[in-house]
Amino acid sequence: MKYLYVGATEEVDRDAVAAVSQRVETEFGLPVRGMEIGSVDFAYDAGRGQYGSIPVLEMLLARCPADAAKLLAVTDRDLFIPVLTFVFGQAQLGGRVGVVSLARLRQEFYGLAANREVFLKRAYKEALHETGHLFGLVHCAERKCAMSLATTVRQIDLKDDAFCAPCAARLRRHPGGPNV
Amino acid sequence: MKSHWQILVVDDEEIMCESLAAWLREDGYAVDTASSGREAVEKSRLKDFAIYFVDLKMPGGMDGIETMMQIRKLRPEASIIIITAYATVDTAITAMKEGAQEYIVKPCNPEEISLLVNRIIKVKNLQRENTILRKKLTRQYSVHDVISKNPRMREIMDLASDVASLRSTVLIQGESGTGKELVARALHNAGDRAAKPFVAVSCAALAETLLESELFGHEKGSFTGANQQKHGKFEMADGGTIFLDEIGDISPKLQVDLLRVLQDRAFYRVGGTQEVRVDVRVVAATHVNLQQAVAEGRFRDDLFYRLNVIEIRIPPLRERREDIPLLATHFVERLAHELARNVNELSEGALRRLLDYNWPGNVRELENAVERAIVTCRGRILTEEDFGFLAQATATPAWSIPSGATIQDMEKALITVTIQRTQGNIKEAASVLGIDRSTLYEKIKRYEIPR
Repeated sequence: MKYLYVGATEEVDRDAVAAVSQRVETEFGLPVRGMEIGSVDFAYDAGRGQYGSIPVLEMLLARCPADAAKLLAVTDRDLFIPVLTFVFGQAQLGGRVGVVSLARLRQEFYGLAANREVFLKRAYKEALHETGHLFGLVHCAERKCAMSLATTVRQIDLKDDAFCAPCAARLRRHPGGPNV
Repeated sequence: MKSHWQILVVDDEEIMCESLAAWLREDGYAVDTASSGREAVEKSRLKDFAIYFVDLKMPGGMDGIETMMQIRKLRPEASIIIITAYATVDTAITAMKEGAQEYIVKPCNPEEISLLVNRIIKVKNLQRENTILRKKLTRQYSVHDVISKNPRMREIMDLASDVASLRSTVLIQGESGTGKELVARALHNAGDRAAKPFVAVSCAALAETLLESELFGHEKGSFTGANQQKHGKFEMADGGTIFLDEIGDISPKLQVDLLRVLQDRAFYRVGGTQEVRVDVRVVAATHVNLQQAVAEGRFRDDLFYRLNVIEIRIPPLRERREDIPLLATHFVERLAHELARNVNELSEGALRRLLDYNWPGNVRELENAVERAIVTCRGRILTEEDFGFLAQATATPAWSIPSGATIQDMEKALITVTIQRTQGNIKEAASVLGIDRSTLYEKIKRYEIPR
């Protein structure tokens, strides 16, 4: 039996992780297990004041449990890849590990009043998006689909927290794939 | 469709290279990386990338600007984006002057890169569509459009280029679907008649009398229904080329008429009394063995020699299997675009199946098979199953040696079949059989094999 692991880094908002786990379990129809990831301080880049998502993925790969179909970590740290100012998350395309950052999903990050509902919706969408990559999906041209590329929270808000029909069909055809 | 477009990321820092490549792959692009300018130039020689992301500062004596200049020499249509961590106005100006499409400073905003790539791809898609449509509209095939790495095909295309500007008649022989018309059009377009009309006539499609009036035209009242004068294809092709397809199927009377046109470059319209003179280059094609038809008295020998001034013999697809992957990939790319389907690859299994198949319908059949597979396939990759409809036909018929056969019987059968396959070309048959031409002649005589 293979599980979809949802990992929590030490600082992350636990309620948010629990909500994301539940949403992912429902959407993918795979049993979800929780996992403690600990600190990602080793990935800190003092020059940028952010955390490198590549070293995080490398660490996750080293720690990925044998019975894990996929491992998606959730962190509150702001992630980046060297060429970009930030990423909302990153996953190995068709691989085993991925990570989602909640840092830029909160209204407070943009100087606005906190809104838990908006924040959680964004977290669901990004978790579905990165998990979709883990199951081999690439970006979708359908703006409403969870697999459409979002580079701003506005674009995330425009998406649905679900896959469009063609992406869902591709997921079903993925070997060992989920029951979307 | 994104997947057709390939991107090359060039940066000496592996992490920069890999992280941008991974990010672009998530967007559905096929991305390759190079860790130096030299490697990038090498890769661009082998593959046509649509977009290059090139880091400005790279060690090893070849910086981003130099790399870009070399790539632009090889691939003038490529879009090159220079990336740098140390932006100065000077370097930006130099980069743009040398032809960079964009200049970006890293780390850059993901939205910026995403918009930039989308914008470039949009333009590339339009350019590509434009080229395809234009080609379709004018059917301007050139000798370079013939896709083949088979030496015999290369020889044919070289010969076509050499004789393109002559007025000599060309006879193209080849099985159905081998691309005889394509070669004829290439021949026309490569010569100095390219600006003049190319008129194609299928001689097999029409009854004798209709074909006669189709080729030579008719005068008003020459037969029932001829209520006005009509110009024939020969007149329409004046100054250009007439392509007579399936010439082996024409009637004895038309053979005589055609012979006269080839000899005198003049003819009479049906029911006409006035001679019409034309300057037309004749390119004829046939899928039947004309030599054999001559030997059997079905085709006039004098017409055959008039037509066969320059002979082009296109080998069937099964005799140039090395072209199957090339052609199949080309068809996938073109047809996926035309059918607006997001299919961009052939699996190894699919290729194996295509290579195993015998292709009696040649390139045309391959094109149709790829189209059918694209229409019915459900993923982005065409698999063996998508070509399942070829399975039945792939099974080679059981072949057995008749009981009581002698070595002489088998030798005779082998030589007969080989000569049929080379369509009577003895030199080629001898080379296939691995014997001297003189030995082959001797055996043909001994076994009384018809040629």
